[in-house]
Amino acid sequence: METALKLLRSNMRQYGMFIALILIMLLFQFLSDGILLKPLNITNLILQNSYILILAIGMLLVIITGHIDLSVGSIAAFVGAVSAIMMVKYGMPFPAAMVLSLLIGAAVGAWQGFWVAYVRIPSFIVTLAGMLLFRGLTMLVLDGKSVAPFPEGFRAISTGFLPDVPGNWDIHLLTIIVGIVLSVLYLFMEWRGRMIQTRYELELLPVPFFLLKLAGVLAIINLFTFVLSSYKGLPNILIMLFVLIVAYTFVMRKTVMGRHIYALGGNEKAAKLSGVKTKKMTFWVFVNMGVLAALAGLVFAARLNAATPKAGVNFELDAIAAVFIGGASATGGVGTVLGAIIGGLVMGVMNNGMSLIGLGIDYQQGIKGLVLLLAVAFDLYNKNKSA
Amino acid sequence: MALTDVILEMRGITKTFPGVKALENVNLKVKQGEIHALMGENGAGKSTLMKVLSGVYPHGTYEGDILFKGNTCEFKNIRNSEQLGIVIIHQELALIPQLSVAENIFLGNERMKRGVIDWNRTIVRTRELLSTVGLPESPNTVAGSMGVGKQQLVEIAKALSKEVKLLILDEPTAALNEEDSENLLNLMLSFKEQGITSIIISHKLNEIMKVADSITILRDGQTIETLNVKEDSITEDRIIKGMVGRDLTNRYPEREPKIGDVLFEARRWNVYHPAEADRKVIDDVSFDVKRGEVVGIAGLMGAGRTELAMSIFGQAYGSKISGQLYKEGREIKLNDISKAIDEGIAYVTEDRKEYGLVLMDDIKRNTTLANLRGISKWFVVDDYQEIAEAEGFRKKLKIKTPSIHQKTGNLSGGNQQKVVLSKWIFTGPDLLILDEPTRGIDVGAKYEIYTIINQLAEQGKGILMISSELPELLGMCDRIYVMSEGRFTGEVPRAEANQETIMKYMTTTRG
Repeated sequence: METALKLLRSNMRQYGMFIALILIMLLFQFLSDGILLKPLNITNLILQNSYILILAIGMLLVIITGHIDLSVGSIAAFVGAVSAIMMVKYGMPFPAAMVLSLLIGAAVGAWQGFWVAYVRIPSFIVTLAGMLLFRGLTMLVLDGKSVAPFPEGFRAISTGFLPDVPGNWDIHLLTIIVGIVLSVLYLFMEWRGRMIQTRYELELLPVPFFLLKLAGVLAIINLFTFVLSSYKGLPNILIMLFVLIVAYTFVMRKTVMGRHIYALGGNEKAAKLSGVKTKKMTFWVFVNMGVLAALAGLVFAARLNAATPKAGVNFELDAIAAVFIGGASATGGVGTVLGAIIGGLVMGVMNNGMSLIGLGIDYQQGIKGLVLLLAVAFDLYNKNKSA
Repeated sequence: MALTDVILEMRGITKTFPGVKALENVNLKVKQGEIHALMGENGAGKSTLMKVLSGVYPHGTYEGDILFKGNTCEFKNIRNSEQLGIVIIHQELALIPQLSVAENIFLGNERMKRGVIDWNRTIVRTRELLSTVGLPESPNTVAGSMGVGKQQLVEIAKALSKEVKLLILDEPTAALNEEDSENLLNLMLSFKEQGITSIIISHKLNEIMKVADSITILRDGQTIETLNVKEDSITEDRIIKGMVGRDLTNRYPEREPKIGDVLFEARRWNVYHPAEADRKVIDDVSFDVKRGEVVGIAGLMGAGRTELAMSIFGQAYGSKISGQLYKEGREIKLNDISKAIDEGIAYVTEDRKEYGLVLMDDIKRNTTLANLRGISKWFVVDDYQEIAEAEGFRKKLKIKTPSIHQKTGNLSGGNQQKVVLSKWIFTGPDLLILDEPTRGIDVGAKYEIYTIINQLAEQGKGILMISSELPELLGMCDRIYVMSEGRFTGEVPRAEANQETIMKYMTTTRG
């Protein structure tokens, strides 16, 4: 029992927000008379929040380097608008338009990264300017009107589902299979990690807790896929999100580049004198943010099936809130991809849950604000206690 | 001794942090009107004791009693202790650089008239205080525009403005040059004549010998002894023995120099100030370092030693840099820092916390930061190899820590410096430039750092060592270059090196 408490305490920061997410889900599940966790609603939750989660990943990197990006909502809108012009007005095939849109996002990111990294203007100011600039450009490009509709193939990114294996099944069988495959992969990786830890004679998680952790993760994976399989299965966008989360987690945790980004945020001067190319790194973090903002813009446009001048308003605030709720530090150097995703889901579930129980938008805004404040306060409290 | 002679008594102070007993039954008696030195290695508990005294750790978070002028005190915060005239000046300067001297001095203690700041009175009082501490500056000077020495004096003026009875100085001279230190110490002596009692924390033995009347030595959170400087005949070695708990027969470890071929050479090196384009910071400097050699660079603050080192290290400082660098006879161009690291040059910075470490990261991440390639394959870091490497350095350099997962921000100065050294040794350097490698480190850890430096030299690496402590250069170096006003004014081999010669070159100015 004592070890259990110790484990819980030392991992409180890591698991705290995850536990909070589950509690919030249970709360709204109860308040909404069980609608929240219905397959249809779960699917909706994913579709509704995908673009915020994509932005949150990019925003995490920006915040780890000690910067901020206020322009992502405007960039998303701008790229959505340009893609609409390309596809709807000029009939460009959608894959080409998408690639071009992402490149435009990269160029926009490079523009802002240049001012932040090389001219050393505070990112708050550069991206505040960007927020206005790209909102203005969006209106110019669209001439103040909405442009619609998008081609079918493009819309499938946000609204399509993975087809099922051939045959006639009661549920979406492929989804179940994916869940099982992921479970096996997860088990293999945990087993391999434990083998290596044994070889290096590192401290191991006690067996009962290890088994408990495995059981917990497996249950979550398979429950999730089971729920999805009883509606339409796996949304395309979920696959894309999954790939992004895995890729960025890997980059941030395992690669030299990830280490350099953390070091840069933790102490820029020390990182520079250790051979980290701090300016170049900052520049590329903003380019990356530009690309992800463009992707979010495309996903949003595809979901709405229109590009509108008002798209993406306040997206930046949701993304920033997600990253901070997920445990990142405003001074840089701290934060994880998974944390940002959980932070985004906390916001998403609350939005969804409060709408389900018919709470007015006024209350929703206020409650979200308080949750952001409390989450960061909770995080600070834990940090001080462990220091 | 009559009871009234004792201005401060701390009895049986015990302070525990989660998992660590920082102070255990510590006793301290300070007599009215004396200068009392508090000495001990880093981590011995000096600063903690002073924080207990000044109310940073409020009453109730520690055990034991504080008696000030015979009355028991239970301070809840710093304000309480300041009301009684106990003022502490911390190691890190606490002035606000954007505010003027007068504003800083009366910050939180503003002179008011009917709820509004009375600037006339503020300025007049500031003038008085500045003349007391001997600082010829206008009260309206912006604090950040002054040097560290002057800022330190402003801090003291600020303390005086609070009707100080007991002045506590935590390493007041750590960042000062010889001249400013000298001034500060004389100021302390003149305060003594005015009846102000002082407690000074310092690692500099010669300063303590000069000003202190008595010395209390702490080790591992316990009081070891209180020495009376005037009555007992105290020597520096006697103090060191008390601090480290054993005789330190030689403060510098022996090394049999095995000097090889020229490893690194700089020729006609010129550097200009990065902001002021026509100010030459390094003027036509040439030097060389041989394999297995420890070469020192002496000089006063502002002579350009750090600027020289940083301009060589991948042009981390300066503009319009000209001159040639050679490594083993081959000319090398070091246009950025990663290039310098690739060429086998390491630079251990003067300021560990600002420039050396990522304090929020743990020991292992700091150890590998400059050579992540060494633990990765295809740009993917091998976490387990990283642990193994960091663990190796922890053992080899005797870093005292429960584990390599400890945050470097929580380590003592000596251990932090060992982590920085680990980081650079892990890059496999040929030339190590060490900038003030033992600044702010206690005697015991200094010896260990010297031992590491000697080992590196014995492995055939070249060491370029910048230091403001002459005894350290004399004790460690095979050859010493002396710098003044951006030029090399002398080169002294070990056999001819003594304080007088080097001092002479250090103060050589342009004719």
